[in-house]
Amino acid sequence: MIINHPLLGPRDSQEFVYLGDAALIRRPDGMADGALDKFIDYTYLRDNPAGQHRELWYHEQGDRSWLVVTRNTVSHEITAVELARDVARTEGRSK
Amino acid sequence: MSRITGGQIDRSKTLRFSFDGVAYAGHPGDTLASALLANGVRLMGRSFKYHRPRGVISAGSEEPNAIVELRSGARQEPNTRATVIELFDGLQAQSQNRWPSLKFDALAINDRLSPFFAAGFYYKTFMWPAAFWEKLYEPIIRRAAGLGSLSKQDDPDDYDKGFLHCDLLIIGAGPAGLSAALTAGRAGARVILADEDFRMGGRLNAETLEVGGGSGADWAAKAVLELAAMPNVRLMTRTTVIGAFDHGIYGAVERVSDHLAQPLPGKPRQILWRIYAARSILAAGAIERPIAFENNDRPGIMLAGALRAYANRWGVAVGDRVAVFTNNDDGLRTVADLKAKGLDVTLIDARQGDEVIDSAGRLGLKSITVRRGNGRTETLAVSALGVSGGWNPNLNIASNHRGRPVWSESLAAFLPPEGAIAGLSCAGAAAGAMSTHGALTTGADQAVQALASLGLTASTDLPQAEDAPVNLKAHWYVHSGKGRAWIDQQNDVTVKDVKLAKQENFVSVEHLKRYTTLGMATDQGKTGNILGLAVMAELTGKTIPETGTTIYRPPYTPVAMGVLGGRARGEDFKPTRHTPSHKWATEQGAVFVEVGYWLRTQWLPRAGETTWRQSVDREVLQTRKSVGICDVTTLGKIDIQGTDAGAFLDKVYANTFSTLGIGKTRYGLMLREDGMVMDDGTTARMGQNEYVMTTTTANAVPVFRHLEYCRQVLWPDMDVQLISTTEAWAQYSVAGPNARKLLEKLVDQDISDAAFPYMACGNITVKGTRARLFRISFSGELAYEIAVPTRYGDAMIRALVEAGRDFDAVVYGTEALGVMRVEKGHVAGNELNGQSSALNMGLGKMVSKKKDAIGMVLSQREGMVQPNGYRLVGVKPVDPAKALTAGAHFLAKGAEAVAVNDGGWLTSVVYSPHLGHSIGLGYLKGGDTRKGERLRVVNLLANTDVEVEIVSPHFFDPEGERLRG
Repeated sequence: MIINHPLLGPRDSQEFVYLGDAALIRRPDGMADGALDKFIDYTYLRDNPAGQHRELWYHEQGDRSWLVVTRNTVSHEITAVELARDVARTEGRSK
Repeated sequence: MSRITGGQIDRSKTLRFSFDGVAYAGHPGDTLASALLANGVRLMGRSFKYHRPRGVISAGSEEPNAIVELRSGARQEPNTRATVIELFDGLQAQSQNRWPSLKFDALAINDRLSPFFAAGFYYKTFMWPAAFWEKLYEPIIRRAAGLGSLSKQDDPDDYDKGFLHCDLLIIGAGPAGLSAALTAGRAGARVILADEDFRMGGRLNAETLEVGGGSGADWAAKAVLELAAMPNVRLMTRTTVIGAFDHGIYGAVERVSDHLAQPLPGKPRQILWRIYAARSILAAGAIERPIAFENNDRPGIMLAGALRAYANRWGVAVGDRVAVFTNNDDGLRTVADLKAKGLDVTLIDARQGDEVIDSAGRLGLKSITVRRGNGRTETLAVSALGVSGGWNPNLNIASNHRGRPVWSESLAAFLPPEGAIAGLSCAGAAAGAMSTHGALTTGADQAVQALASLGLTASTDLPQAEDAPVNLKAHWYVHSGKGRAWIDQQNDVTVKDVKLAKQENFVSVEHLKRYTTLGMATDQGKTGNILGLAVMAELTGKTIPETGTTIYRPPYTPVAMGVLGGRARGEDFKPTRHTPSHKWATEQGAVFVEVGYWLRTQWLPRAGETTWRQSVDREVLQTRKSVGICDVTTLGKIDIQGTDAGAFLDKVYANTFSTLGIGKTRYGLMLREDGMVMDDGTTARMGQNEYVMTTTTANAVPVFRHLEYCRQVLWPDMDVQLISTTEAWAQYSVAGPNARKLLEKLVDQDISDAAFPYMACGNITVKGTRARLFRISFSGELAYEIAVPTRYGDAMIRALVEAGRDFDAVVYGTEALGVMRVEKGHVAGNELNGQSSALNMGLGKMVSKKKDAIGMVLSQREGMVQPNGYRLVGVKPVDPAKALTAGAHFLAKGAEAVAVNDGGWLTSVVYSPHLGHSIGLGYLKGGDTRKGERLRVVNLLANTDVEVEIVSPHFFDPEGERLRG
């Protein structure tokens, strides 16, 4: 596969390490009430769609960017590649 | 059975070769198959199951029968297809799957026993007793149903991998591919044209058809010359595109040296290319299919198009009296071309109701039985029969992404699915355009369209060529006779086998395939699959498209394992990392151990030491007595800087680091989000906003990846920067009562206990060279780790050894390191097994619940904090003479060695020279409250059962007085 890195352009997927569902960005607050149940959902329950999937890839053999890649798990078509940091910020994550 | 006029062979040169030890001659331009046929050799192999005599049936890579062993010695290669082996001087080939000889094969008895070997015989016959399978059945079957044999020697040749980029990849250099390449090349596009053959032109080389008023082969040769002169076009002969992968990536194998006796010096045998193509055109032509009839597998019976190709391209008459059995007009071309060569040819046209119903000739065709449309039966004495059931578009690669082929009623064949592979279109016969005109036109048109989608403009300029219709009447097999009619000759699948599959309800295509093995041989059923489908369709009363189709996986043709491995073999299989002390250690005769990619010193034997234990015991005792030096460079080192560095470490470590004083070091425990321990190590605060983290050797890369993840994905606004410095610093541990005295000889600063206390860290200089010093201890001794820039690493180990002479210092390896850490009860890889929590390791109190660190929440789950969970314990044998074995399980005395009684296991075991007996660490259920208990450790694999006492994991200096000294 070829991943169109937002900073570096098209790169072979062999340069990347795959992590999984980009829902991992939405890490719960460990100090909040009910954190245990939220962390169990966060850590163990994932969607496994046949189709569009937003997933985390790491450019380990490159610039060390974590990316959010929108990929169709059936056709492998990639429709969007974003810096995970930008996505995380838009989802309200900060420090 | 001899050479006739014409053909694209160089008769001025003679090439000598041998087959089964018999010497023959051929010419440049020959394949092994054409040269054998020219020498009158029709029998080339024995079939897989029945050991039936077999000859060549095709003139290309689809060949199922003529499979031979090529070359000898270390270069011996089994299962090569004689139809694609380019003849070279000195070629040696042997037939396969026969004993003692090809003409007399003892296992031909299988043919007589064929009722026992029908489809599914494996499953029905070799059911019981189970013990017979491995010892009796499998060896017999392997011997009987074999392909070629391996030399079992190392492959002496090199293989390379390469990368290519292009606007347009064209797969196949027949009329369609050449037309596409000319169109795109003239328009200035970057073009790669690949063909598996050594001569471009495809069927034009095998036909007498005209293109542009001259011979098709001449037109192809001129087109190749024009393309070769274009700097934007790369022509790749002897190159098989083996598959289409995602996003325009294609794999291709170039056989650089297979047409030579051995590769030229410095040249690889083959290259595996990864081709990145913006657009691609599949112009792989079509593959002819036979019509099945009784005994249709004798040497001399082949595809009609192959018979014609041998005559036209290679100047070979397979027989002087020939018959052609066809259901379409293409078969008539074979009749016409062979007649023009002066051969005696009889036509049997299925469209007129004529059929071949049987054949005779044990080792080669002697006669055929023909039933004419009027019911009259006759026997014709022929030595060659060409059969044509029509041509299947060669859509193999177009189905690599699971696109379903589409049925064409007029061709009675499947067409490639449109758009099934992004960026790929099909042209020529591969797309169902069966005439030369159709190939030239579709090739050019597809090139224009592909270039237009890339914003390039191209125009077409096509030569005149024939545009004859196909005129085919579907005819799959002859409904006559009780004998066997072969469908898949490589796997010996007959019409009867398909009928049996139907009878036993294996009617789905996928079941049919697996039950009968139809299409599962190395040829992937290129000639036979559709016949099997057609027979099943008839039996079930369905149409062929209703019955289904099979799709193809890469590779298109078999690929040698060597080229997939490339240069990654032997010591180049993976990178090897040397530590800064490697050169010195090699000089000292060190024994090395692989730790990931690293080679580390395992121990350093001295003269007179005959066992590893003598060396390791000495290294441990001398370190504890005086001082020892160890290279610890392999531990991961990560510089962490930024105003949020401390807050960041509080997130990634279970314990707190923001409160650590500048110039201090702390042991840190890193958890995964599921609460299990991920890694451990010390982290030093070098400045207000500057920390240096160490990781275990194994986790240096994963931890760095994890920290980047935390920094970018979880807390994107933290001001924290990371850089891996594992390779930037050479780091040595100096441990033992004399460690400080040794270092004081080298370090320029005051490192007295007052100035540089336990767990201190700082930037120092070593005789003027900048360095880092950490007062940390893994061995339990007074110890330091000293780091210098890597380029000084070799000088540093020599300086340390020199400075250590006064103290009789030793350099110790990973074994002694392991002994000392077990003596101190420190966890390492065996305990950090990914399934253990801080609580399991006796480090539960390190997990701060006052902050939201990764893994904190889930480490407190009910299942993780059970009082009777595994806890780290020390173990010693009650009888000091008894040795422990790692992996042994804890059992109560008298308890049966079954899982329900399992109390945990020994994770690490060493011999402690300090204590004089074996000691171990282990995870024991409720182990924190069981000190003093006596249990057994049982290892059923090693057959050991030792009584042990549970003790503190801190065997040595439990109060830690020595390291604070």
